Amino acid sequence: MSEVRLQIDGKEVRAEEGATILETARAAGIEIPTLCLHEALEPFGGCRLCVVEVEAGGWSRLVVSCVYTVAEGLVVRTRNKKIDRTRKMLLELLLAHAPDSPPLQELAAEYGADRDRFGQETSFCVHCGLCVRYCAEVKGLHAVGFIDRGIRKEISFLPEIAAKECRDCMECFPLCPTSYLQAAFVLVEAFTSR
Amino acid sequence: MNTTIADLAGVDRIIAEHGGRADALIQVLLDVQAEISWLPADALARIAERLDVPPALVQHITTFYKAFSLVPKGRHRVHVCMGTACHVRGALRILDTVEELTGLAPGETDPDLKFSLETVNCLGCCALGPVIEIDGKTHGNVSLARTEDVLKSYE
Repeated sequence: MSEVRLQIDGKEVRAEEGATILETARAAGIEIPTLCLHEALEPFGGCRLCVVEVEAGGWSRLVVSCVYTVAEGLVVRTRNKKIDRTRKMLLELLLAHAPDSPPLQELAAEYGADRDRFGQETSFCVHCGLCVRYCAEVKGLHAVGFIDRGIRKEISFLPEIAAKECRDCMECFPLCPTSYLQAAFVLVEAFTSR
Repeated sequence: MNTTIADLAGVDRIIAEHGGRADALIQVLLDVQAEISWLPADALARIAERLDVPPALVQHITTFYKAFSLVPKGRHRVHVCMGTACHVRGALRILDTVEELTGLAPGETDPDLKFSLETVNCLGCCALGPVIEIDGKTHGNVSLARTEDVLKSYE
């Protein structure tokens, strides 16, 4: 593994080749907000809150730092007007689905996001995939998965597996940044325990 | 053509044709659907087991792609074009007529499994509008009376 050098917020840092910008920044003590990240899981790039601006070869653009790998000579900015505006918009969109989510409200206060900016469609699920990925990657149970797509995408427990496994596990419950998962599970359990 | 799989031999044959590999999942699903026109739950369970793919993933994929159907389909697939050219030439009235004659709303199949009705956004033959397509055969410049004749010609 070779080492690459890059600059984050004006600070010269070194990182292993293949590392992500996010982990490199955190190792250097620079905080970047995340919602869908979990230490035991592969990065997902779902919530997009970790956007940063990268500059290389004279151009700059916004990338998702949890899945963007470092490169030699990269110049990264983790906080400026453009990034803040983007995060504020992302938060407002997420808040339309989960207006009372504590982690979202905390970030909303920091970025000045208005939770009533968009019409509320309280599905309580922000598609962070933490429950789905935890169940698949850590537990290997695949008791919960995504169904459908786009505006109709939602999480769904597989009754056959959920009925057997979930009662003794429920480890995904506290991962949820909203309260949706619990409600969804209780619902399916009600269906299957007839 | 059966709409249920009496035994799963057909599914097993298709899985074998693709070497039983997990990365052939979508192709297997498409082939099974091509034979029996939809994807019954027991077929999905078999595919998940044989390809060693979590049922949750099979569920994700079959609900993600519009090409897959988890409900039985009729013997005849009726597609009414709602594209711009067809729209200005009265596609809405054609659709109304088809809905009335079949008793179906778009996305539905009748209990006798005769017709499944879908709307499509463009069939790519705008000069023929308004167009309806049944089982891949295109009927162009259809009037309300001809729509009725065309539908009645299917058993």
